[in-house]
Formats: sequence, C-alpha cells, structure tokens
Amino acid sequence: MLIGTNPFFRWSYVTSNWAQIQGDLIQHIELSLIAVAIGTVISIPLAVLAWRHRLVRVPVFGIASTLYIIPSLALFAILVPITGTYSYVTAEVALVGYTLLILIWNTVAGLNAVPADAREAAKALGYSETGALLRVDLPLALPFIFAGLRVATSTVIGLVTVSALIGLGGLGQQMTYGFNIGYNTPIIVGLVLSIALAAVADLLLVGAQRLLVPWARGRGRSSGI
Amino acid sequence: MGFLAHVFGWLTTSSNYWGPQGIVLLFWHQLTLSVVVVASAIALGGTVGVILGHTGKGGLVAINAANAFRAVPTLALLTLLAIQPAISLKWNGFLAAWIALTVLAIPPILTNTFVGMREVDADVRDAAKGMGLTGGQVLRTIEAPLALPFVMAGVRTAAIEVVATSTLAAYVSYSDLGTFVISGLDTNNSVVAFSGAILVAVMAGLVALVLGVLTRVLTPVPLRRRRVSRTKDVYFPQPAAGLWDM
Repeated sequence: MLIGTNPFFRWSYVTSNWAQIQGDLIQHIELSLIAVAIGTVISIPLAVLAWRHRLVRVPVFGIASTLYIIPSLALFAILVPITGTYSYVTAEVALVGYTLLILIWNTVAGLNAVPADAREAAKALGYSETGALLRVDLPLALPFIFAGLRVATSTVIGLVTVSALIGLGGLGQQMTYGFNIGYNTPIIVGLVLSIALAAVADLLLVGAQRLLVPWARGRGRSSGI
Repeated sequence: MGFLAHVFGWLTTSSNYWGPQGIVLLFWHQLTLSVVVVASAIALGGTVGVILGHTGKGGLVAINAANAFRAVPTLALLTLLAIQPAISLKWNGFLAAWIALTVLAIPPILTNTFVGMREVDADVRDAAKGMGLTGGQVLRTIEAPLALPFVMAGVRTAAIEVVATSTLAAYVSYSDLGTFVISGLDTNNSVVAFSGAILVAVMAGLVALVLGVLTRVLTPVPLRRRRVSRTKDVYFPQPAAGLWDM
C-alpha cells in the first residue's frame, strides 16, 4: 500500500483492510476469553482453599502477587524459550498469570463478606460443607467475584495488545503495523476497537451479574465505593 | 540447566554493565522515566483527587472515567505518539513514553486519593471546622494525613504498573531495560531477553519494597498499628462502581 501523507484518520484504510482488522479483532477476543476463562477456573478453587486454610493463603497470594508484578513482556521473554513465539500458550500463560491475583483477591474478599448468619442458617438446615459452599457462600460472594471479573477482563483486553511483540496480539498487530509504517490510522483503529471491546465485555458482565445476582439489583452499590 | 547457566553468565559479565547499551545506563533510564511518570501522575491525578475529595463533588464521574481508562492499551498510545513528528524523537523518545505512561498511572492515584479523602470520618472533619480551622487547614492537618495510606497504595500500584509497562517504551525507541527484552526477542537471543526480564522484575520488586517502606514512614504514627498493605488500595479490588453503574 502506498502512503503519501499521514492524515489523522482515513476511512479507506478501514474499508480496504476490513478482513485483516476483523481477523485481529477475533484473535483479540479469543486471547482475552481464554485468559479470563482459564483464570477463573484456576482462581475460584484456589481462593476457596486460601479462604479456608491459613496455610494455603500465604503461598497462593505470594505466587499470584509475583505473577502480577512481573511485566507481561518480561513473562513472554521468559516463556518464549520454552513455549516458542507465535504461540497461544506463551501469551496465555502470561495473561492468565496476570488475572490470578485480581480474581483470587476478589473471591476471597467476597467469601469473607458472607454474613455469619447465612452460614449458620445453612448449617442448621443440614447443608454439608461443600453444599454450603456451592449454594450459600459462593452465590453470596458473586458480587465481589463479578467485580474481579470486570477488572480482570478490561485489564486483559488492554494487555493482549502486548503479545503483538511475540507475533500474536490481536488488535495490537494494528498498532505495531501502524508504528512500523508510520501511519496513524491502523493504531487508532486498534485503540478504538480495543476500548469498544472492553466496553462491550463490561456491559455483558454487568448483564450476567444482574441475571445471576437478582437479589443485589436495585440495592445500589453493595460495598466498596 | 544449560540455559540458566548462560543467563547467569550474561548477568555476571562485567562488560554487559557498562557502555551506552549497558545494564547500568539502561537501568538508570528506566528508573528516571518511571520516577518522572509517577511524579507527574501524582501531580495531576493527586491534585484532581484532592480537589474532588475535599469538595465531595464529581467523584463518581471521576472514578468511572478512571476505570474506563483501564482498558486503554498503552501500546496504542506509545506507538501513536512515537510516530508524530513533533514528539517522536524528542529527548530520545522520552517524551512519548512520558505522556503515554502518565495516562496509565493517573487512574489508580486519582481513585485512591479521592476515596482516601472521602474515607475521612465526617465527625472528625466537622470537629475540625467547629474548632475554627479553615478549609485549607482541614485539608493539610486532617484530610491529607488520614488519606495518605490510600494515596500511597495508589502510588504503589501505579509505580509497579509503570515500571512493568515502561519496558514497552523500548519498542518505540526509548532505550531502557525493555531494550534487552525486545532486542532479545527480535534476534531470538533468549538469554538476553530472559536476563532483561529478570532485571525488570528486580526493579519492579525494588520499587514495591521502597514504596512500602516510604508508606510506613509517611503514615501518621497512630494509624500505623495495622500493617499498611494492599488492602488500602481501592483501585485494585473493587466490588462496585463501573462505567455502567452511573
């Protein structure tokens, strides 16, 4: 493609490169979804264990905090010798590692916030430990879990772009492409679409929360700020 | 074990520490960039947070805006700024990195400052007013010290994010520790990339440690009893307001 000038934005770039943009967007959604899904599957059981057993809490939070502090780019660099570039595994390990602390933190906070009355009532009704966990504790912790999911999702959507430096990146590829050819439009396309994606994902999570936590609806802000 | 031995060898070769692409200089570049960015973010986000928190107005809007900024990919801002002729080569790429990373650092500081100010007990504030303190005096002697643990938690979150993300600045021309990571990835030299990653992680850990100590020193003595920890950071775990709750 021949580019003479560098306007702030050129629509014709979007129309003529739509297939590529669409592909990047789909990859972005895939990378984010997989990261949040795996992060959730790992975090909730770990959070339950950390909540119940003091001994587990320290190592779980220690490891999760370490993964949170290590820059994703550095994590890519550390993983590339093992899992290779252009690899979903490389990207996902770093992305999932980043979600763990957010999700575990919020789940534990939610479980801690379950009223003692509710737990005693569950016990009096004859619930087993596991039964109470699944039918009382975790459902009551859902507002916190969803708060964590929302933070983790929007963070991951922003972070996926960094994996462009190991050959993936979803919309991040638009950014590196625009940078390499010194052209604004692809970068702006990537920027706007990733923010829009985060907004849509947040909206979907709020909707899911309303469906799953109907009792919290209309009560306003449950806690925090 | 061969790989780790190479990494260890690279990190202990003194010639890698000196010169224009040496560890010492690039470490210094990254540290100065991060300090300048966090200082600017405190100046901007902290000021707005103090004003909103002191007056108690517009807070929800500010917090929601700060939350929305979480989704802005820093890579986009960095690349976009780096290809603007007016910005691109200013101060060896420092300017582009400074602006892009400041955008990243403002939200946690703003949110935490605002909430810290609002967490000040209304009775305490009323008592101070009843004793005849002016608005400025209330701010200086009551609100600021009580809000400080929250503010510092926000500063720490921001600082760790900035140190981590400033590695990306190396991609758009500012050379810092990210240079090792990115050039290592580009040339398939995983020893250099891995060593760079370790150096960045060390810096992030050091910054977290220093800010933890600083928080403790700055916190008023009566508030120190409980260990000031991440629990003060309202930006990080947040079971409530978002863009769609407005």
